[in-house]
Amino acid sequence: MANPIQYIYNEDHLRNSETTKFGEKDLKTGEMIINIGPQHPSTHGVLRLEVVTDGEMIVDVVPHIGYLHRCFEKHSESLPYNQIIPYVDRMDYLAAMNSEHAYAMGVERMLGIEKDIPKRVEYIRVLVAELNRLASHFVAIGTYGMDVGAMTSFFWMMRDREHILRLLEWICGARMLYNYIWVGGLYYDLPVGFEERCREFIQYLEPKVREMDKLLIENKIFVERTANVGVLPLDLAINYGVTGPMLRASGLNFDLRKVDGYSVYPEIDFDVPIGKGEMGTKGDCWDRTYVRMQECYQSIKIISQCLDQLQGAHKRTRDLNPKEMVPKKIRPKAQDLYVRAENPKGELGYYFRADGKTDQPFRCKARAPSFVNLSVISEIAKGGLIADLIAIIGSIDLVLGEVDR
Amino acid sequence: MSLKEIKDLINTHLPEMVREVISTTTPATFLVDSSRIVELCSFLRTEKQLYFDSLSCLTGLDNGPEKGIMEVVYTLYSIPYNYSLNIRCELDRTLPQIPSVSTVWRTADWHEREAFDLFGINFLNHPDLRRILLPTDWEGFPLLKDYSHQEKYHGITVKY
Repeated sequence: MANPIQYIYNEDHLRNSETTKFGEKDLKTGEMIINIGPQHPSTHGVLRLEVVTDGEMIVDVVPHIGYLHRCFEKHSESLPYNQIIPYVDRMDYLAAMNSEHAYAMGVERMLGIEKDIPKRVEYIRVLVAELNRLASHFVAIGTYGMDVGAMTSFFWMMRDREHILRLLEWICGARMLYNYIWVGGLYYDLPVGFEERCREFIQYLEPKVREMDKLLIENKIFVERTANVGVLPLDLAINYGVTGPMLRASGLNFDLRKVDGYSVYPEIDFDVPIGKGEMGTKGDCWDRTYVRMQECYQSIKIISQCLDQLQGAHKRTRDLNPKEMVPKKIRPKAQDLYVRAENPKGELGYYFRADGKTDQPFRCKARAPSFVNLSVISEIAKGGLIADLIAIIGSIDLVLGEVDR
Repeated sequence: MSLKEIKDLINTHLPEMVREVISTTTPATFLVDSSRIVELCSFLRTEKQLYFDSLSCLTGLDNGPEKGIMEVVYTLYSIPYNYSLNIRCELDRTLPQIPSVSTVWRTADWHEREAFDLFGINFLNHPDLRRILLPTDWEGFPLLKDYSHQEKYHGITVKY
């Protein structure tokens, strides 16, 4: 009979399973180790930080990750390409549409059908990806406000995010983990009346974002709390491979939607906001939040252009089947492919190797933006105050599902 | 720059570095001498005509016990020239080791720790080579093709 008691507590288990990097003998006089997380609301998930402090000053920060490791890469080696999509959703669970979009694009590129996808399908993909980008940025900005002591921002942002999640639920039936973008097409066309409802929504949304901009970003208390905190210089950002709003906040105009011009982004007019150091130094926590807020306006602009196309030149027709191009059997030729796309957090990349003999990838590695962005934390937190560490974690905009995969 | 020009540029500065050019991959791949990888990477990063200033991705790969080869693939990207390149190194599966490039790009630090964690590839001269995703006392390297997990972990049955 199986033992009903699964686990017998032993104090050594704690020490052996995740040892701290620093021990007693590494510390100088007056220094001590403080452990933050993995269960702590301001670490945005199950992030554990080992902080070496001297009084209130931070001497070193060592992130311990892997508490949410779900073996994505091992699972994907024994699953057909189309069945990996739900796993992809669960990596960055705040922006599942964006992850799906990147993944589907990669497999389509391997199959060589990328150019054959109908225009309407591509516009719908961009539309839902941008809606999800808004939702992800809303969580980032809202919880960041709460991290530094502003309660209202969280409620307001969550209220508007809920609208987006309901729209996406209407499309595919799920609030957060969609499995909507398929390799070669979509699960289904937009529901009837979606375009009109969505246009109504973005007309409602823009003043709300503007209101938020005034309430939080330009708020004196918020500026004082975040300006000149956690400054990330551009050369350090590039050296650490930091991407997304964090890199743009450091002053580089680099957005893969513009640089690679994938999907229908070249046909859409939008700007790439960058940090200018208006309130403090370029690349500080304020700049990162500012860039995210500005990107919300740009996403709204993209959504409205997508809706123009979806109601105009690429209107719903009876004979369009979004599943038409979905291959019955997904078996790419033997090849390696690195595909990347701009996620709300940064550059999401997949490295595929197909062996040409099976329907499963031989290797599928995910290059998660949060994973890479987190690695810079010890550099930007060193020498600062412990209180600032919380502000820095929030400004990185982590999703631990993606860090640990 | 075309692929051939890059290859010639590398080979004039570092003789016999690029062994083979594989163009079936996207981006194209150079198969290189793994013992001199640090030399090559610092050249690629500093050379004015190439300037691969960012390491997008570092992938470990296991080809299984029959072939006996492990691979490390570096996906490089040059922001000013908007150009990508894969660098592939082949390692012996019985003793997988390769010099660390974390002195060239700091990105490599965590990516190499991940490859060490999941494949057991030993990155020589790495500043802090510890397991990153799995617990410190986990046995074996899960992404190996012939991996079988341990029976018990701290008294918990691993197989569910």
